[in-house]
Amino acid sequence: MNAVPIRSGDDVVRVRQLVRTAAAENGLSLVDQTKLVTAASELARNTLVHGGGGTATVEVVKSPIGRPGVKLSFNDEGPGIADIDLALTDGWTSGSGLGLGLSGARRLVDEFELNSKPGAGTSVVVVKWSR
Amino acid sequence: MADYLRDHHDKIVGRWSELVLAQVRGRTSLDEVRRELADLYSLIVRVLSDADDHAAGELRAALDELSRSRARDGYTPRETAIGMLALKEAVYEFVADTAELVPEFLVLSRMIDDLGLRTFEAYSAAREQIISDQSTSMLELSTPVVRLWEGIIAVPLVGTLDSARAQLVMEKLLDELVATSADHAVIDITGVPTVDTEVAQHLLKTAAAVRLLGAECTISGIRPQVAQTIVSLGIEFGDIATKANLADALALALRQAGMKVVPVA
Repeated sequence: MNAVPIRSGDDVVRVRQLVRTAAAENGLSLVDQTKLVTAASELARNTLVHGGGGTATVEVVKSPIGRPGVKLSFNDEGPGIADIDLALTDGWTSGSGLGLGLSGARRLVDEFELNSKPGAGTSVVVVKWSR
Repeated sequence: MADYLRDHHDKIVGRWSELVLAQVRGRTSLDEVRRELADLYSLIVRVLSDADDHAAGELRAALDELSRSRARDGYTPRETAIGMLALKEAVYEFVADTAELVPEFLVLSRMIDDLGLRTFEAYSAAREQIISDQSTSMLELSTPVVRLWEGIIAVPLVGTLDSARAQLVMEKLLDELVATSADHAVIDITGVPTVDTEVAQHLLKTAAAVRLLGAECTISGIRPQVAQTIVSLGIEFGDIATKANLADALALALRQAGMKVVPVA
């Protein structure tokens, strides 16, 4: 699937809508749809605010046992994260937020992978499987 | 060419108007189109004849104004541009047999192309303006503060709660709280599809501001799936009262105001 640009707050809303449609079409329950959309909202906003903008990709995937799932990738070429463990700590924030976006998003999905190096941008890939 | 165009003013403008009208049939009348195009035509002739310095500026201004009004009237970009581009066809039909005018026709043709592109620019600028005006008016439309009872006000939120909207909601709610001396405010989020940390933070700030004014604040309309998501995210609403729906929030506010709803006899 094509990468969607994240350059403004409106793009974050657009990503949410795309994710909601993909989640609903692939049999995720209402609770799981809401969780995935909320995680997408947090990650897309991180891409925008901390990464200085980037892209989001929405993909439909199948698990080894054949369950459908929705995979989201967020990529930016921003400053990157120096201390990933710290960034994933509840309540820690580099800005003025609640400090729950990244750590909360990890709890909202089934699979979570974060790659980042200072100066080399950040990539977050998450998957939510249907039950 | 300028002289030729001036001499054949009526015929060319007439043909030009017909061509334009054929594209936008039903939206406007021949007389109307003729009047608009005759103005542009005179300006084009003035520009071509190099008679004065102001003509080019006036032509651009007139064309921008026409494109803007087309955008406002709901014409498509194509219909707007054709209004200019059709002049090429109209002129060509008249000069096709006159070989010595062909080089000059090319110059005119290039000028018309430029003007056609200009209509696109003016048209899109006008559409942008319309969209931005609409989103501003929707922002205001979508945040009514309603009075539920003596001393109890509510703001039903529908849609996306971004920072601009959250700011507006907070201002309106606080103003209304003071204006009506209400002592209870309910923020209903039934219509907010996604409650993420940003939305939660806006809600918490608004609730804190309401309390600073000495009033109670309840957040209602928290649907089951949103509740589960909030818990997973780790957001805590602390001692701010939350309710599943607006009716429960109203009942709570009434109880706190020392009132009771009883069946009629």
